[in-house]
Parts: sequence; structure tokens; C-alpha cells
Amino acid sequence: MTKEISLEHVWVEFGEFTAVHKANLNIAGGEFFSFLGPSGCGKTTLLRCISGFQEPTRGKVKIGGEDMRGVGPNKRPTALIFQNLALFPLRSIADNIAFPLEVRGVDKKTRRKRADELLELIALPGQGDKKVSELSGGQKQRVAIARALAVEPDILLLDEPLSALDLKLRQHMRTELRAIQKQVGLTFIYITHDQGEALTMSDRIAVMNKGKIEQIGDGKAIYDHPTTSFVASFVGENNVLEGTVLSNDGQKMQIDAGLGTPFTVESHPAGGPALAPGDDCHLFVRPEALRISKDESSINQFESNFVTEEFEGNMRHIVMNANGKDLKLSLINDGTNAIDANAPVKLDFAPEMGIALKPGELASA
Amino acid sequence: MRDLFYDLVRRNGMAVSIYLMLAVSIWVFLLIILPQLTMLDYSFRFNLPPAKIGGPEDVYTLEQYRYFFQGSGASDGINTLDIGILFKTLFAAVFVTVFDLIICYPVAFVLAKSSAGAKARLLVLALIVPYWINEILRAFAFRILFGATGVINETGMGLGLWDTPIDFIREDVALYAGLAYAYILLMIFPLYNAIESLDRNQIEAARDMGANWWQVHAKVVIPYAKPGIASGMTMVFMLTSGALAAPQILGGPSNLWFTQLVYQWFNSGGNWPRGSAYAMVLLIVCIALVLLVMRLFKVSIGEIKQ
Ligand SMILES: Nc1ncnc2c1ncn2[C@@H]1O[C@H](COP(=O)(O)OP(=O)(O)OP(=O)(O)O)[C@@H](O)[C@H]1O
Ligand SMILES: [Mg+2]
Repeated sequence: MTKEISLEHVWVEFGEFTAVHKANLNIAGGEFFSFLGPSGCGKTTLLRCISGFQEPTRGKVKIGGEDMRGVGPNKRPTALIFQNLALFPLRSIADNIAFPLEVRGVDKKTRRKRADELLELIALPGQGDKKVSELSGGQKQRVAIARALAVEPDILLLDEPLSALDLKLRQHMRTELRAIQKQVGLTFIYITHDQGEALTMSDRIAVMNKGKIEQIGDGKAIYDHPTTSFVASFVGENNVLEGTVLSNDGQKMQIDAGLGTPFTVESHPAGGPALAPGDDCHLFVRPEALRISKDESSINQFESNFVTEEFEGNMRHIVMNANGKDLKLSLINDGTNAIDANAPVKLDFAPEMGIALKPGELASA
Repeated sequence: MRDLFYDLVRRNGMAVSIYLMLAVSIWVFLLIILPQLTMLDYSFRFNLPPAKIGGPEDVYTLEQYRYFFQGSGASDGINTLDIGILFKTLFAAVFVTVFDLIICYPVAFVLAKSSAGAKARLLVLALIVPYWINEILRAFAFRILFGATGVINETGMGLGLWDTPIDFIREDVALYAGLAYAYILLMIFPLYNAIESLDRNQIEAARDMGANWWQVHAKVVIPYAKPGIASGMTMVFMLTSGALAAPQILGGPSNLWFTQLVYQWFNSGGNWPRGSAYAMVLLIVCIALVLLVMRLFKVSIGEIKQ
């Protein structure tokens, strides 16, 4: 009962404005796939193309190999969970859940039975006669999921369903959503602008910016091997240094970032654009990849001065200044990383932890 | 009442609150309750010449109501003519109300919810403009429109749809059209307001879950807009059944509206008590009908005023 989805060169234009720019991707059946991107980047628009509320101006949406052009939202094997859930306030919980069955002419008794089954699944047994307004945020959330599952769709589309919940509940619902997905084995397409959410739940993630899909990959690939400056700066914290490529032998690159000795980093693996000597570049080093040098002359070493520290208990978030540039540094609080606030401190990072990319748009903090 | 007053004082201060309470009380009492009470009182009296008013013959009686039910004839007779007119009026008012609802619902929905509606909303203003023109003038305009040599007959005959002028006035087409038009805005606005506040996502959610357009309306939009529908229908029904100008001007010669009877008793009949009794009958029957229908459709008065 799972179907793969493919978007083939999908464009969505609203007059002059391009909301989705040539989206191309395949989502396998049973996958938990997330779209991650800042507000207004076109995530909802793309989801509406899949659910049938928006026809692409160009390109095709295929579900299970079938072209969906001209197929209305009520005829597609998708179920959409709205950003605001859109439960029907005038109906009871059970009637909400059974709505998809009701419009298909299923009789009352069968409807009620199915609603009760689904209430069981979402851990709200026997609450079918309550009103929507009597439920908590998390419970409403689960009712919306049950309602979407009522007719066993092939694909569940979720538009930032957790954004209205508080942090604790959100974390709880993440695990729960993932568990439900495993249990029912459906394709989930999940929209979020919360990267933690995307990273913890998804099999694969598409990072979007201004209507363009910047990178598609699993959480590890997105985080460890970003292929564009935007992805590198949007997903997780990152330090960015502007530099120039000195040499590139396909294995290692030398980069002058204006911090003393040139840095050595690995030539970018999969997917990234190749950099040639003389090219400008952005060099990204994550706060957790920066270390305080243990010996006098390690690779990629440079001097810096202490600026400020934010103490988080298990982690220490430190800001250092190297040649006028503020760098963030995250250290485990294990007592081994004393920093002298009044003397220059030597920092370094491993060559495989530096990512050099073509200069591009950075995510605004 | 006390709580209401204290609440007002807290929100608006003493002076404004007193003004509000006074203005509303005067309005309600002087302009609504007092005249109606006078009418009610009148309806239970005999029609006496001025000299005898206040005299020994001026006592309370059910005579005027009896007349409505039994007429002037024998005491076991039935006033079929007047009762018939009342029912015809009610029936026609219901028809006009339902007709207005059918016309206005799609319009209100499109205005409130479709993307094209955003631009069309300006057109709503245009809908109001004709109402700057006096009701009587509008009725006469309809009379001209539907007359033997009016635009409609001319066009119909010009297109060869019929070859002798149709007497729209005698057939009451003009009357129904005129009445439907007269209070149409009172239907559109409550409907529009009700549908406007419906979350668009509810409609899309219903669509997404497989509902066709008919089901979206029947199961989501209409239940939600029920208070608006009830309020629009109540207003149109009450005003239509109480209309005078349109029936007077557009009604066929053989077709009396109940308000015309009331008018006749007051005016040419010179029998104010009987006119009052007739007006009371109309009022009570209309209110009863509205309450009954609201009960059938499970709408409470509290919901309507929202
Ligand atoms: N019907 C429309 N007409 C014109 N522009 C639109 C329309 N729908 C969306 N847009 C524009 O398209 C862009 C993308 O919108 P979209 O709703 O897809 O963003 P999003 O990524 O879901 O953002 P958010 O995280 O805030 O929900 C926005 O700039 C928006 O203004
Ligand atoms: Mg969105």
C-alpha cells in the first residue's frame, strides 16, 4: 500500500513570483521524507502540489507512476495534515476521524468501529464522544493523524504539524509520529523549518531555499557533507570563513583563510562543485569540530583570543576571536578544556571536518 | 442587568455607560415596546366612535380576533378569505426566503472563500448602491420592467420566446421578483459573515479526505454557517411577510397580501382595533413559525446574534 512519488521539473509560479523552482526528486514508498527550509521557501506550496490543491505551472507530479495532472485532491491517495490541523469543531472526535469514511458512504456502525480502532492506535481509547475543544494540543494532533489514516491513504503529508506545540510535547510527538509511521508503514512527507525535527525523524531530507531544492540526502549527509553554503549554514551551527583555494589535488585542498598558515581540508566528496586554485570559497567548520590544540604544532592550527562563554551544563559554548573574526566553539564540559581568557589560545580542526564550498548565499541567523 | 451595567462601567467609564443604558432603554421602550403595547391594547377593544372612548362601552373584548377567525357571518362560520390570505402570504414569504437563500448562498460563498472573491468584494459595494433608491421607486421600476411593454417582454418577444406579452403582474412573477430583490442584501450579509469566518483549511481538509463539492457544503460549510443562514432567513422572512410597498405596487389585482388587509382596516376601513388585531395575528404567527423552524434545525437564538 505504499507508493513512490516523483516530482519531475516542477515549477510553481504565482504571476511573476516563482514559489517552486524546478523541483526534481523521487520519494520511495514507505520512506519518511522531510522538506526543511526557512519560512516562505515554498514548502507548503510543494506539498499542495502533491496533495492536489495546487497544479504546477510546469512539470509533473507522479504518484505510483501515475501522472496526477487533473486529478483533484479528493481523488488522490494522499492525506494531508494541515499546519493548523483543521479539525471540524462542530463534530465529535469520532465523527472527525470517521469523516473520510462518511463521505465515501460507509455505514454508521462500520464508521464507529473504525473510529474506535484508530482511537486505540493513537492512545485515546473511548474518547470518541468528546468535543474537539475538550482535547489538549497533543491530543488534537493525534486525532488529526487518526483522521488522516482513516481510509488508509498511501501517503501522509504533514505540514509542520508540531509547530503549535510546546517543546516537551513536540519532542514526545516526534517519537510518537515516527512510531506510528513504522507501525502503519506509510510514506510520510513531512514539512518543517525545525532542523532538529527533520534530522531526528527523517530517512531523507530535502533542504529548500527560495523555491529551490538545495540538497537531498539523509540527515548525516546533510549535516556532515553539505553541498551548498546555504545548507551548511542553515542546518546546525556553523562557522564560516572566507578564503581562497591555493591548490586542489582531488584528495586534499589548501585554503588560505587569512588565519596564518593555510588550512588543509579534504576535497569535497559526493556532489559538491569542484574548486580550482584561485577560486574564492567559503570554509565551514562546525563549533564542535573546533578544538583547543593539545600540542604545539598540529595541522590547521591558528591563534585566537577568548571573547565570551555561555555555560549550558554539559556543554560550554565559547566565542573566540581569530584575526577579527568571531568563531563559535562547543566543548564538552569534561574538565579538560581550560581556556586562559587573557592569553592567545591555539585552536585547530581535523582536515575532514572542514568543508570548503563555492561561496553562496548564507542562511540568515 | 446589574452585572451588565457594572461591566459597561468598567470598560467604558461612568458617563458613557449611563448614556448607553439610557439611549438603549429609550430606544427599546419608546420605539419598540410602547407602540406594540398600544397596538396590543387596541386589538382587544371595540371600534368605537371617539365620543364613546373611555365610556361604559369601552371594555376589553376578543371580538376583533373572533372576526379574523370567523368573519362577520354566523358564529360557527370560518373566515376563509382572510385566513386564506394569511396562509398565502406566509407561503409566499417562505418561498421568497428560500429563493433568496438559494441565490445568495453561492454568491456569499464565492465572495467569502474563492480567490476571485477578493476582487469581487468591491462589487458588494455596488450591490448596496441601488438601495439608496427609495423602496417605492424600486418597486415601480420593477413594474415597468415587467410591464406589457417592459424590457423583459420586449426581449422575450424579440428573441421569439413568446409572441404575446406575458402579464407578469397578474401572474405574480413581478411580485415575487420584487420581494426577492427587496431584502436580498439582508440574506447576503449574514451568510457572507458566517462563511467568511470559516477556516479555509476546513474546506480543503474535507476535500482532501475525499469529499466532493456537494459534501463539502453539506457537511462542513452549511453546518458552520447555520447561524448566519438562520439569521438571514429570519430577517428576510419577517420583512417579506410584513412588506407593504411591493405587494401594493407589484401585486396582481386579485392577490392581496396580508399586510394590505391590515392597511385597509387601518385606513379605508377606519377600524384601528381590527387592524391592530390583524397585525398582531401576523406578528405572532410569523414569530411562531420562525421559532418552530429554528427548533427543527436546532439553532438557538443565542447563536444567531453572533
Ligand atoms: N496563492 C498564492 N499566491 C501568491 N503567492 C503565494 C501563494 N501561495 C504562496 N505564495 C508565496 O509563495 C511563497 C512560498 O509559500 P509557502 O507557503 O510555500 O512557504 P512555506 O515554505 O510553507 O513557509 P512557512 O514555513 O512560513 O509555512 C511565499 O513567498 C508566499 O508568499
Ligand atoms: Mg507552510
